[in-house]
Amino acid sequence: MFDAAGNPPPFWHNGPTPGGLYNFPGPKTAPSDFRQHSQAPVTTATSIVAMQYNKGVIIAGDLLGSYGSLARYRNCPRIMKVNDNIILGAGGDYADFQYVKDIIEQKIIDEDCLDDGFKLKPKSLYCWLTRIMYNRRSKFDPFWNNFVVGGLQDGEPFLGTVDKLGTAYTDKIVCSGYGAYIAVPLLREALEKNPTPSKAEARALVEKCMEVLYYRDARSYPKYQIATIDEADGAVVEDLVSVNQNWSLAHMIY
Amino acid sequence: MFRNQYDSDVTVWSPQGRLHQVEYAMEAVNLGSATVGLKSKTHAVLIALKRASSELSAYQKKIINIDDHIGITISGLTADARILSRYMRTECLNYKYSHDTHLPLNRLISQLGNKMQLCTQRYDRRPYGVGLLVAGYDDQGAHIYQTCPSANYYDCKAMSIGARSQSARTYLEKHLEELSSCSLEELIKHGLRALRDTLPPEVDLTIKNVSIGYVGKGQSFKILVDDETGPYLAMIQGEERRGGGAQEPPAGPLRDEAGDQDQGPRDPVPAVAMDTE
Amino acid sequence: MALLHSENRPNYPDYATAPTQHHFSPYADNGGSVVAIAGDDFVVIGADTRLSAGFSIYTRDQNKLFRLSDTTVLGCSGCWCDTLTLTRILSARMQMYQQEHNKTMATPACAQMLSTMLYYKRFFPYYISNILVGLDNEGKGCIYSYDPIGHCEKTTYRAGGSAGALLQPLLDNQIGLKNMQNVKDSKLTLERAAAIIKDVFISAAERDIFTGDNILINIITKDGIKEDSFQLRKD
Repeated sequence: MFDAAGNPPPFWHNGPTPGGLYNFPGPKTAPSDFRQHSQAPVTTATSIVAMQYNKGVIIAGDLLGSYGSLARYRNCPRIMKVNDNIILGAGGDYADFQYVKDIIEQKIIDEDCLDDGFKLKPKSLYCWLTRIMYNRRSKFDPFWNNFVVGGLQDGEPFLGTVDKLGTAYTDKIVCSGYGAYIAVPLLREALEKNPTPSKAEARALVEKCMEVLYYRDARSYPKYQIATIDEADGAVVEDLVSVNQNWSLAHMIY
Repeated sequence: MFRNQYDSDVTVWSPQGRLHQVEYAMEAVNLGSATVGLKSKTHAVLIALKRASSELSAYQKKIINIDDHIGITISGLTADARILSRYMRTECLNYKYSHDTHLPLNRLISQLGNKMQLCTQRYDRRPYGVGLLVAGYDDQGAHIYQTCPSANYYDCKAMSIGARSQSARTYLEKHLEELSSCSLEELIKHGLRALRDTLPPEVDLTIKNVSIGYVGKGQSFKILVDDETGPYLAMIQGEERRGGGAQEPPAGPLRDEAGDQDQGPRDPVPAVAMDTE
Repeated sequence: MALLHSENRPNYPDYATAPTQHHFSPYADNGGSVVAIAGDDFVVIGADTRLSAGFSIYTRDQNKLFRLSDTTVLGCSGCWCDTLTLTRILSARMQMYQQEHNKTMATPACAQMLSTMLYYKRFFPYYISNILVGLDNEGKGCIYSYDPIGHCEKTTYRAGGSAGALLQPLLDNQIGLKNMQNVKDSKLTLERAAAIIKDVFISAAERDIFTGDNILINIITKDGIKEDSFQLRKD
């Protein structure tokens, strides 16, 4: 149904989209000798599910590295603690994530070496990520990732996301990949009923989303990581959380 | 003029382990008019004495805005200060562009220090002939930094540089304990008194020759225009001036440089190559 | 690539049945609409707060009005990553101007600078529909609207963005009093301008899926910038 970039199909076919321009016929000229960059991801990771709770942020993502439709690598952690203020999750190309991760880790090491008491804040990392992602897309050589930055900005929860173009926004709920279609509606509905969930409530919600995603997203995996960050417990990345699988209904589905 | 066998180049050491060219550059700072920087827990203030290079010219700008949270005041070669302030502005802008937050003051100063140091170690360069007082406010509170042509920089509680600035430092040392808990208004008054101590008895501070800049908690760096300095000047008007400012105290063991004492080499006055402020 | 389109056959992309090839596009259409109306001593600008891509709503709470100075506001819609970049550069340029000239950039100067900045990227444009509003040097409300490559036009009312084509005729009629006979031209008041902006956005939200959720309104007068907001439909 969705194409490789996750775009939904057009509402109707055989004509311009409403409000869109008619694509005039005629010979199309395109340069054929330009440099080809990586234009498609290779080993990919699927959704990231993240939300704010009353005093912090929670991010979850599974451990699968897919090679097209092949579930190739089954231990690909993609949620990292950046420093005491920030946790970071990523979806999309795993190699690109590892590359960016190395740069961020070096940034933090450089900062620790200065030892001046200043620590990178989530808003700064978020902004910095928009810049590197935008720069790479402008070179037609994008990092094929969705990043989700969670953290504490001067004590307040912060949650933002950046995609491969440098498109960025902050919100109380952020999900990438299939999560954008499946987890976001679930979380939005829950947050409408309870705008300030506690940590336990948020965790239950996110675990529920990971469960639904596991049942519905063919590129998902039952083992996943959950990271939380708040004033009370600091930044914690839990490495092995599992979906409570229940296949008792399976025999009823043909 | 005083000359030395070992002052031909910045890279030449003297047998005493001194770099004479760098020390000469330090003297340029003392040619500029005096300027004072001081801070409390919440604010940092810069006060500068402006000079007009001739009857026909306007009073030269002494305080320069760098970013919302940083301002500097200069003493020495204005032209060099312009280059340094442009560098500092660019660094602040770039950091703000990529990190969406203000550049921490100590990082800016250490970058600046590294840039200035290059000029003290290469034969094809000369040291910057300007001293700066940098006032700023960041997550770690208010700061006053002093930088020298030698590329040294110091984190100060209060400082004064420029011609006859020893008197101001004496004043500041005397009132150091009070400063940290001062209000902004008190701080400005202390700064003005310190600056006034550098003046000869027949001269007084006026709205024409004083420049005030401050920054603090919830207050971006602001330079007061002429009329706005008036009320502050009025507050210290008529107070007795300590020591009349005429006599320089004997050389104090202040770490930054030789102060105003007429020791060391000095160019004859008409031979000043560039305007200093 | 060349084999896919036979050279002597006409190419009708909208009617193609072959699977589309995957290709990286540096642009995204993130929707959003901006409407601005200027009067003699005020200017009102409104933008919806929906940030979307296709049928997904990224967030329902995205401010698209950027305050460049105390008298100048820029409204952006289109490719959000370009908007983020453009506005970051703009605010840096505003600060540079302030430091070099010891004064804040006036709205007409901002307008000219924006045009230059857009045209500078003529061959890799910022895909943004920009509307810049403010008070000119006489204190009159003014609106500058742009195409993505820097064409700039000064007007008194303008709609832009995903519902721009829907709303502009409505403004032509209601504000410009175009295509009507026997109408009395009365002076536009701030109240009426603000009310029209709300009405117009309600209409846009009915017809355009990329516009909705909320509108943020900035009212610029000599006393400063006042903010207002208004709920739109959220489906």
